[in-house]
Amino acid sequence: MKIGVVTFPGSLDDVDAARAVGIGGHEAVALWHGEHDLKGVDAVVLPGGFSYGDYLRCGAISRFSPVMTEVIDAAGRGMPVLGICNGFQILCESHLLPGALIRNDHRTFVCRDQRLRIENNRTPWTAAYAEGQEVTIVLKNGEGGFVADEATLDRLEGEGQVLARYLDLNPNGSARDIAGITNERGNVVGLMPHPEHSVETLTGSGTDGLGFFTSLVESAFA
Amino acid sequence: MARVVVDVMPKPEILDPQGKAVLGALPRLGFSGVTEVRQGKRFELEVPEVTPEVLAEVEKMAETLLSNPVIENFAVHVEDDLTPGASA
Repeated sequence: MKIGVVTFPGSLDDVDAARAVGIGGHEAVALWHGEHDLKGVDAVVLPGGFSYGDYLRCGAISRFSPVMTEVIDAAGRGMPVLGICNGFQILCESHLLPGALIRNDHRTFVCRDQRLRIENNRTPWTAAYAEGQEVTIVLKNGEGGFVADEATLDRLEGEGQVLARYLDLNPNGSARDIAGITNERGNVVGLMPHPEHSVETLTGSGTDGLGFFTSLVESAFA
Repeated sequence: MARVVVDVMPKPEILDPQGKAVLGALPRLGFSGVTEVRQGKRFELEVPEVTPEVLAEVEKMAETLLSNPVIENFAVHVEDDLTPGASA
Protein backbone atom coordinates (compact mmCIF):
# COMPACT_ATOMS: atom_id res chain seq x y z
CA MET A 1 0.00 0.00 0.00
CA LYS A 2 1.23 3.53 -0.74
CA ILE A 3 1.15 5.85 2.24
CA GLY A 4 1.90 9.52 1.72
CA VAL A 5 3.86 11.42 4.35
CA VAL A 6 3.47 15.19 4.08
CA THR A 7 6.41 17.50 4.69
CA PHE A 8 5.51 21.04 5.74
CA PRO A 9 8.12 23.72 6.39
CA GLY A 10 9.01 22.91 9.99
CA SER A 11 7.97 19.25 9.98
CA LEU A 12 10.38 17.23 12.13
CA ASP A 13 9.15 13.68 12.12
CA ASP A 14 8.40 13.14 8.45
CA VAL A 15 11.53 11.00 8.00
CA ASP A 16 10.74 8.85 11.04
CA ALA A 17 7.13 8.51 9.87
CA ALA A 18 8.25 7.41 6.40
CA ARG A 19 10.63 4.91 8.00
CA ALA A 20 7.84 3.55 10.21
CA VAL A 21 5.61 3.21 7.15
CA GLY A 22 8.32 1.10 5.54
CA ILE A 23 8.83 -1.05 8.63
CA GLY A 24 5.06 -1.51 8.71
CA GLY A 25 5.31 -3.09 5.28
CA HIS A 26 4.13 -0.22 3.11
CA GLU A 27 5.67 2.10 0.58
CA ALA A 28 6.18 5.65 1.90
CA VAL A 29 5.56 8.40 -0.64
CA ALA A 30 6.90 11.88 0.12
CA LEU A 31 4.25 14.58 -0.29
CA TRP A 32 5.05 18.29 -0.32
CA HIS A 33 2.92 20.91 1.40
CA GLY A 34 3.05 23.22 -1.61
CA GLU A 35 1.62 20.80 -4.15
CA HIS A 36 -1.98 19.96 -5.00
CA ASP A 37 -0.93 16.35 -5.49
CA LEU A 38 -1.41 13.22 -3.39
CA LYS A 39 0.51 11.15 -5.97
CA GLY A 40 -2.06 8.36 -5.96
CA VAL A 41 -1.50 7.31 -2.35
CA ASP A 42 -3.97 5.10 -0.44
CA ALA A 43 -3.55 6.89 2.89
CA VAL A 44 -1.83 9.96 4.32
CA VAL A 45 0.22 10.64 7.45
CA LEU A 46 0.60 14.21 8.73
CA PRO A 47 3.75 14.02 10.84
CA GLY A 48 4.84 15.84 13.96
CA GLY A 49 6.95 18.94 14.21
CA PHE A 50 6.44 22.67 14.21
CA SER A 51 4.97 23.42 10.79
CA TYR A 52 5.24 27.10 9.92
CA GLY A 53 7.03 27.57 13.23
CA ASP A 54 3.71 27.10 15.07
CA TYR A 55 3.06 30.73 14.10
CA LEU A 56 -0.44 32.04 14.85
CA ARG A 57 -1.59 28.70 16.32
CA CYS A 58 -0.18 25.20 15.92
CA GLY A 59 -1.39 23.91 12.57
CA ALA A 60 -3.34 27.05 11.69
CA ILE A 61 -1.29 28.01 8.64
CA SER A 62 -0.58 24.46 7.45
CA ARG A 63 -4.30 23.90 7.29
CA PHE A 64 -4.46 26.27 4.30
CA SER A 65 -1.51 24.76 2.42
CA PRO A 66 -2.22 23.40 -1.08
CA VAL A 67 -1.71 19.75 -0.09
CA MET A 68 -4.24 20.07 2.73
CA THR A 69 -6.96 21.03 0.24
CA GLU A 70 -6.38 17.61 -1.31
CA VAL A 71 -6.11 15.81 2.04
CA ILE A 72 -9.38 17.35 3.28
CA ASP A 73 -11.07 16.36 0.03
CA ALA A 74 -9.70 12.79 0.15
CA ALA A 75 -10.59 12.41 3.84
CA GLY A 76 -14.14 13.38 2.94
CA ARG A 77 -14.17 10.49 0.48
CA GLY A 78 -12.98 8.10 3.19
CA MET A 79 -9.21 8.01 2.70
CA PRO A 80 -7.42 7.03 5.92
CA VAL A 81 -5.56 10.01 7.39
CA LEU A 82 -3.37 9.86 10.50
CA GLY A 83 -2.23 13.08 12.15
CA ILE A 84 0.49 12.71 14.76
CA CYS A 85 1.11 15.54 17.24
CA ASN A 86 1.43 18.59 14.97
CA GLY A 87 -0.53 16.53 12.44
CA PHE A 88 -3.30 16.15 15.05
CA GLN A 89 -3.26 19.92 15.53
CA ILE A 90 -3.55 20.41 11.77
CA LEU A 91 -6.52 18.01 11.60
CA CYS A 92 -8.32 19.97 14.34
CA GLU A 93 -7.58 23.29 12.62
CA SER A 94 -8.90 21.74 9.39
CA HIS A 95 -12.12 20.76 11.19
CA LEU A 96 -11.57 17.17 10.11
CA LEU A 97 -11.55 16.45 13.84
CA PRO A 98 -13.42 18.30 16.60
CA GLY A 99 -11.78 20.19 19.44
CA ALA A 100 -8.38 21.85 19.65
CA LEU A 101 -4.97 21.38 21.23
CA ILE A 102 -3.71 24.01 23.64
CA ARG A 103 -0.53 24.57 25.63
CA ASN A 104 0.21 21.92 28.28
CA ASP A 105 -1.41 22.90 31.58
CA HIS A 106 1.96 22.68 33.39
CA ARG A 107 3.50 24.97 30.73
CA THR A 108 6.56 22.85 30.09
CA PHE A 109 7.45 20.66 27.14
CA VAL A 110 6.90 17.00 27.96
CA CYS A 111 8.95 14.09 26.60
CA ARG A 112 8.32 10.64 28.03
CA ASP A 113 7.44 7.04 27.31
CA GLN A 114 3.68 7.23 27.84
CA ARG A 115 1.32 4.44 28.82
CA LEU A 116 -1.87 4.48 26.76
CA ARG A 117 -5.00 2.44 26.42
CA ILE A 118 -6.29 1.86 22.89
CA GLU A 119 -10.02 2.54 23.27
CA ASN A 120 -11.07 2.13 19.65
CA ASN A 121 -9.53 -0.52 17.41
CA ARG A 122 -12.12 -0.13 14.68
CA THR A 123 -10.16 2.42 12.62
CA PRO A 124 -7.80 1.69 9.71
CA TRP A 125 -4.95 2.89 11.96
CA THR A 126 -5.69 0.84 15.10
CA ALA A 127 -7.08 -2.46 13.81
CA ALA A 128 -3.84 -4.25 14.77
CA TYR A 129 -4.53 -3.57 18.46
CA ALA A 130 -6.99 -5.26 20.77
CA GLU A 131 -9.67 -3.03 22.23
CA GLY A 132 -8.48 -1.97 25.65
CA GLN A 133 -4.88 -2.95 24.89
CA GLU A 134 -2.33 -1.07 26.97
CA VAL A 135 0.72 0.15 25.11
CA THR A 136 3.72 2.41 25.68
CA ILE A 137 4.41 5.03 23.03
CA VAL A 138 6.72 8.04 23.02
CA LEU A 139 5.03 11.34 23.79
CA LYS A 140 6.63 14.76 23.21
CA ASN A 141 4.69 17.97 23.00
CA GLY A 142 4.37 21.52 24.21
CA GLU A 143 0.80 22.09 23.11
CA GLY A 144 -0.88 18.74 23.58
CA GLY A 145 -3.81 19.59 25.84
CA PHE A 146 -6.92 18.38 24.06
CA VAL A 147 -9.94 20.59 24.71
CA ALA A 148 -13.51 20.67 23.45
CA ASP A 149 -16.81 21.76 24.95
CA GLU A 150 -18.60 19.32 27.24
CA ALA A 151 -21.21 18.40 24.63
CA THR A 152 -18.49 17.51 22.12
CA LEU A 153 -16.58 15.48 24.73
CA ASP A 154 -19.78 13.61 25.64
CA ARG A 155 -20.44 12.92 21.97
CA LEU A 156 -16.87 11.65 21.42
CA GLU A 157 -17.24 9.29 24.36
CA GLY A 158 -20.75 8.21 23.42
CA GLU A 159 -19.91 7.49 19.79
CA GLY A 160 -16.69 5.65 20.63
CA GLN A 161 -14.57 8.33 18.97
CA VAL A 162 -12.02 8.41 21.78
CA LEU A 163 -9.18 6.49 20.16
CA ALA A 164 -6.68 6.33 23.01
CA ARG A 165 -6.42 7.54 26.58
CA TYR A 166 -3.45 8.39 28.80
CA LEU A 167 -2.76 5.97 31.65
CA ASP A 168 -0.82 6.52 34.90
CA LEU A 169 -0.74 10.30 34.50
CA ASN A 170 -2.22 12.97 32.29
CA PRO A 171 0.87 14.51 30.70
CA ASN A 172 -0.61 17.71 29.29
CA GLY A 173 -3.97 18.47 30.87
CA SER A 174 -6.03 16.86 28.10
CA ALA A 175 -9.75 16.70 28.80
CA ARG A 176 -10.79 13.27 30.05
CA ASP A 177 -7.23 11.95 29.54
CA ILE A 178 -7.78 11.90 25.78
CA ALA A 179 -4.62 11.09 23.80
CA GLY A 180 -6.27 10.61 20.42
CA ILE A 181 -9.62 10.76 18.68
CA THR A 182 -11.22 9.74 15.42
CA ASN A 183 -13.93 11.26 13.26
CA GLU A 184 -17.44 9.82 12.98
CA ARG A 185 -16.52 7.76 9.96
CA GLY A 186 -13.37 6.43 11.62
CA ASN A 187 -10.99 7.12 8.75
CA VAL A 188 -9.39 10.26 10.21
CA VAL A 189 -7.32 9.76 13.35
CA GLY A 190 -5.44 12.32 15.43
CA LEU A 191 -2.97 11.21 18.08
CA MET A 192 -0.72 13.28 20.33
CA PRO A 193 1.84 10.51 21.12
CA HIS A 194 4.31 9.47 18.41
CA PRO A 195 3.91 5.84 17.31
CA GLU A 196 6.50 6.39 14.56
CA HIS A 197 9.18 6.71 17.27
CA SER A 198 8.17 3.42 18.88
CA VAL A 199 8.68 0.93 16.07
CA GLU A 200 12.22 -0.33 16.67
CA THR A 201 13.88 -1.73 19.80
CA LEU A 202 17.03 0.20 18.88
CA THR A 203 15.57 3.50 20.05
CA GLY A 204 14.56 2.22 23.45
CA SER A 205 10.85 2.87 23.77
CA GLY A 206 9.76 -0.52 22.45
CA THR A 207 7.74 -1.35 19.37
CA ASP A 208 4.20 -0.75 20.57
CA GLY A 209 3.71 2.00 17.98
CA LEU A 210 4.15 -0.32 15.04
CA GLY A 211 0.48 -1.29 15.04
CA PHE A 212 -0.44 2.12 13.66
CA PHE A 213 1.55 1.29 10.55
CA THR A 214 0.48 -2.34 10.14
CA SER A 215 -3.22 -1.81 10.82
CA LEU A 216 -3.95 -0.68 7.27
CA VAL A 217 -3.42 -4.23 6.03
CA GLU A 218 -5.47 -5.80 8.80
CA SER A 219 -8.40 -3.47 8.30
CA ALA A 220 -8.19 -3.77 4.51
CA PHE A 221 -10.29 -0.60 4.48
CA ALA A 222 -13.27 -2.66 5.67
CA MET B 1 -5.64 54.55 5.21
CA ALA B 2 -7.21 52.95 8.21
CA ARG B 3 -6.31 50.36 10.75
CA VAL B 4 -8.70 47.60 11.64
CA VAL B 5 -7.81 45.80 14.85
CA VAL B 6 -8.74 42.23 15.65
CA ASP B 7 -8.37 41.23 19.29
CA VAL B 8 -8.33 37.49 19.92
CA MET B 9 -8.74 36.10 23.42
CA PRO B 10 -8.92 32.56 24.77
CA LYS B 11 -12.51 31.75 25.73
CA PRO B 12 -13.17 32.20 29.46
CA GLU B 13 -13.69 28.48 30.01
CA ILE B 14 -10.42 27.56 28.25
CA LEU B 15 -7.34 27.26 30.43
CA ASP B 16 -4.79 29.96 29.58
CA PRO B 17 -1.39 28.63 30.73
CA GLN B 18 0.45 31.70 29.41
CA GLY B 19 -1.78 34.07 31.35
CA LYS B 20 -1.23 31.92 34.44
CA ALA B 21 2.54 32.15 33.96
CA VAL B 22 2.34 35.94 33.79
CA LEU B 23 0.08 36.01 36.85
CA GLY B 24 2.65 33.92 38.70
CA ALA B 25 5.52 36.20 37.68
CA LEU B 26 3.94 39.49 38.78
CA PRO B 27 4.23 38.98 42.57
CA ARG B 28 7.81 37.79 42.16
CA LEU B 29 8.56 41.20 40.65
CA GLY B 30 6.84 42.98 43.51
CA PHE B 31 3.55 43.75 41.71
CA SER B 32 0.59 42.89 43.86
CA GLY B 33 -3.17 43.11 43.57
CA VAL B 34 -3.63 41.37 40.22
CA THR B 35 -6.03 38.47 40.61
CA GLU B 36 -6.27 37.19 37.05
CA VAL B 37 -4.33 37.51 33.77
CA ARG B 38 -5.57 36.36 30.37
CA GLN B 39 -3.21 36.58 27.42
CA GLY B 40 -4.49 37.11 23.90
CA LYS B 41 -3.38 38.35 20.51
CA ARG B 42 -3.85 41.64 18.70
CA PHE B 43 -3.79 41.88 14.90
CA GLU B 44 -3.49 45.25 13.18
CA LEU B 45 -4.72 45.18 9.60
CA GLU B 46 -3.97 48.18 7.38
CA VAL B 47 -6.68 48.74 4.77
CA PRO B 48 -7.16 51.56 2.22
CA GLU B 49 -10.56 52.45 3.62
CA VAL B 50 -13.14 51.12 6.01
CA THR B 51 -16.41 50.11 4.44
CA PRO B 52 -19.09 47.68 5.64
CA GLU B 53 -17.75 45.25 3.01
CA VAL B 54 -14.20 45.54 4.37
CA LEU B 55 -15.41 45.01 7.92
CA ALA B 56 -17.39 41.98 6.82
CA GLU B 57 -14.24 40.64 5.15
CA VAL B 58 -12.21 41.21 8.32
CA GLU B 59 -14.85 39.37 10.35
CA LYS B 60 -14.46 36.47 7.96
CA MET B 61 -10.64 36.58 8.24
CA ALA B 62 -10.91 36.64 12.03
CA GLU B 63 -13.25 33.68 12.04
CA THR B 64 -11.31 31.65 9.46
CA LEU B 65 -7.66 32.26 10.18
CA LEU B 66 -6.90 34.78 12.92
CA SER B 67 -8.86 32.93 15.60
CA ASN B 68 -9.91 29.37 16.27
CA PRO B 69 -13.58 29.59 17.27
CA VAL B 70 -13.26 26.34 19.24
CA ILE B 71 -10.99 27.97 21.82
CA GLU B 72 -10.98 31.71 21.13
CA ASN B 73 -13.28 34.72 20.86
CA PHE B 74 -12.48 37.75 18.73
CA ALA B 75 -13.55 41.37 18.51
CA VAL B 76 -13.05 43.75 15.58
CA HIS B 77 -12.72 47.51 15.88
CA VAL B 78 -11.44 50.37 13.74
CA GLU B 79 -8.55 52.59 14.76
CA ASP B 80 -7.08 55.62 13.00
CA ASP B 81 -9.73 55.77 10.31
CA LEU B 82 -8.45 58.49 8.01
CA THR B 83 -11.04 57.82 5.34
CA PRO B 84 -12.50 61.23 4.29
CA GLY B 85 -15.68 61.80 6.23
CA ALA B 86 -14.88 59.19 8.85
CA SER B 87 -14.91 60.29 12.44
CA ALA B 88 -11.51 59.53 13.90
